[in-house]
Amino acid sequence: MMKQQKSFYIPVLLLLSFAALLTVFPFIWMLLTSLKTYEEAIRIPPQLVPEVWQWKNYQIIAAKFPFARLYLNTFIVVALVVGGNLAVCAMAAYAFARLHFAGRDVLFMLVLGLLMIPGQIFLVPHYQIITSWRLSNTLFALALPGIFRVFGVFFLRQAFLTIPKEMDEAALVDGCSYQIIFARILVPLVRSAMVSLGILIALWTWTDLMWPLIINRSLDKLTLSAGLAFLIGEHTTYYEQVMAGGVISSLPIIVIFIFFQRYIIEGIASTGVKG
Amino acid sequence: MSRTPHYLYKQERKAALFFLLPLLVGLGVFYFFAFFQNVYFSFTDLGSFGKPRFIGLENYRRLFADPKFHRSLSNTLMYVVLCVPAIVILSTFNAFLLSKLQRMSTMFRTLLFLPAITMPAAIGILWRWLFNYKFGLINVLLNALKLESVAWLSEPDVVLYSVSIVLIWSMLATQMVILLAGMQNIPTMYYEAALIDGAGTMQSFFRITLPLLSPTLFFVITISIINVFQIFDFIFLMIRSTSLAIQYSSSLVYYFYDRSFVAFEKGYGVAVSLVLFVIILIVTIFQFVMQKRWVHYS
Repeated sequence: MMKQQKSFYIPVLLLLSFAALLTVFPFIWMLLTSLKTYEEAIRIPPQLVPEVWQWKNYQIIAAKFPFARLYLNTFIVVALVVGGNLAVCAMAAYAFARLHFAGRDVLFMLVLGLLMIPGQIFLVPHYQIITSWRLSNTLFALALPGIFRVFGVFFLRQAFLTIPKEMDEAALVDGCSYQIIFARILVPLVRSAMVSLGILIALWTWTDLMWPLIINRSLDKLTLSAGLAFLIGEHTTYYEQVMAGGVISSLPIIVIFIFFQRYIIEGIASTGVKG
Repeated sequence: MSRTPHYLYKQERKAALFFLLPLLVGLGVFYFFAFFQNVYFSFTDLGSFGKPRFIGLENYRRLFADPKFHRSLSNTLMYVVLCVPAIVILSTFNAFLLSKLQRMSTMFRTLLFLPAITMPAAIGILWRWLFNYKFGLINVLLNALKLESVAWLSEPDVVLYSVSIVLIWSMLATQMVILLAGMQNIPTMYYEAALIDGAGTMQSFFRITLPLLSPTLFFVITISIINVFQIFDFIFLMIRSTSLAIQYSSSLVYYFYDRSFVAFEKGYGVAVSLVLFVIILIVTIFQFVMQKRWVHYS
C-alpha cells in the first residue's frame, strides 16, 4: 500500500512542476526582459539573462508614468470599498440571519437575485448616476458602486448562522441593545469570515478594469489596473520599458501575497466552498 | 422567543430597519433603480448629450440585423465552449495533484495561484510580449521547431484562440484552490476504505473524489460559465481595437463597451447587455435544473 503511493509521488511532482513552470515562467520572462537593453530584448535567438542588468529601465518608465499616484489611488479605492462593503454587508447579514421582520425572506430572495445579474448591466446607469452627481473623475466615483456589492451579505449571513442563537439571546436578556450585540459579540465571532470577504473584495477591486476606464478619463484619477491599460496603449515601442512597468505593477502585490498566501488562498477557497 | 413581549418585537423591527438601511439605500439607487432604468434605456436612443428619446423596439430590431452583434454573440459562445471545459478539467487535475502532495504542497499552491492576484493589464503585458510576432518567445520556439510564425494577436482565424489561452491560464488558479478545499473536506475514511478494498488511485478519484466533490464542482462550473460569458479584459488589452482581428475576437461585453462608451450609443449598448443578461439567466436556470441529475449532496 505504501509502495503504490510512493510510485505515484514522482509523476505527481513532475506534473506539478510542469504546471508551475507554465504559470511562473511568463512572470520570470517579464522580469528578465525588463532588465535588458532594447537590443538584448529583441535578440534572436533570445538571450535568457541580460549581460548588464539595466535598472535604468525602471527609472525611465517611472519618469514617464505616474506609478506612485496610481498606487496611492488604488490603495484609497480598495480601502474605501473594503471598509464600506464589509460594514454594509455585515449589518445586513446580521439582520437577515438574526432579526425577525415582515418580508424578510422575500427581501433576501430579491437580494439573492441580484447575484445572478451580470455586472455590465449596471454600468450605463451607474455612469448616468455618477455623472449627474458630478462625481466623475473622482476616486469616490471608483469606489461607490462597489461598496454595495451584495455577495458579502450571503457570505456573512452563513457565518452568522453558524453561531449559536443562545449567545445573543442571553445578551438580550441582560439588556444589551441589538447594536451592542452585533458590534461586541457577533462581529468578533465571524472575524475570519470578514477577513476572507475583505481579501476577496480587495482582489476584485484591485483587478477591476472596466468601471475605472469608463468613469474616470484622466490618468491621475485611475487605479493602477486601468492606468496600466494606458501604458499598453501609449508606450509599445520599447518592450523592456513596458515590461519594467509590468513588473512595477505586479511585484509588490506578489510579495504581499507570498507573505500572506495562507490567509489569501484559504480565504478565497472558503468563499467558494460555502457559497 | 415565543414569550417575547410585544414591545420587544417592535424594537426588533426598528433594529432590523437600522441594520438594513445602508444596504437598502445603496441597492435601491445603484441596483434596483439602475436595473429598471437600464431596461428603459434600451428603448431609447440615449447617447452622450441631450434627453433620450423613446424609440420603442428599434434597438432590438437593429440587434437582429447587426452582423457585428451576431459575430460577438457567436464568439462569446465559442469562448465558453473552448474555455469552460479546459478551466474545469485542468483546475480539477491540478487540485487533485496538489491534494496528493504531503510536502511542498504549499509552495506549488502559491506558485500556481500567482495569476489570480495579478491585475489583467499586467497579464496582458506579459502575454502580448510572449505572443509578439517578431520577437515573442512562442514564435521563436515555433521557429526552432521548424514551424512558421503565427500572428497570434492579429490573424483573424487565430485571435480567439490566443485570447482563450490567456483566459484559461489566468482563470485556472481560483477554481483550483476552491476545488482543492473541496477535496480536503472529503473525509479520509472513504479513501482508507477504498484502499482496503484494493482500489487504485485512479479508481478512487473517479469513484470517491468526483462524486463527493460534485457540489463544489457544480459551483466551479457555474462560476466559470458566468465569468467566461463576461469576457472583456484580455480582448480589450491584447487586440488592437482598430484591427480586423477585433471582430473575430469581440465578445458581447466587448461589443457592449464599444457601443456604450466608445461610440456613445448607450441605448443600443444597453440592449446588448440585456441580451447577455437573458442568456446568462437561461444558462444558470438550466444548470440548476440539471444539477439534480449529477450533484450529490451528502
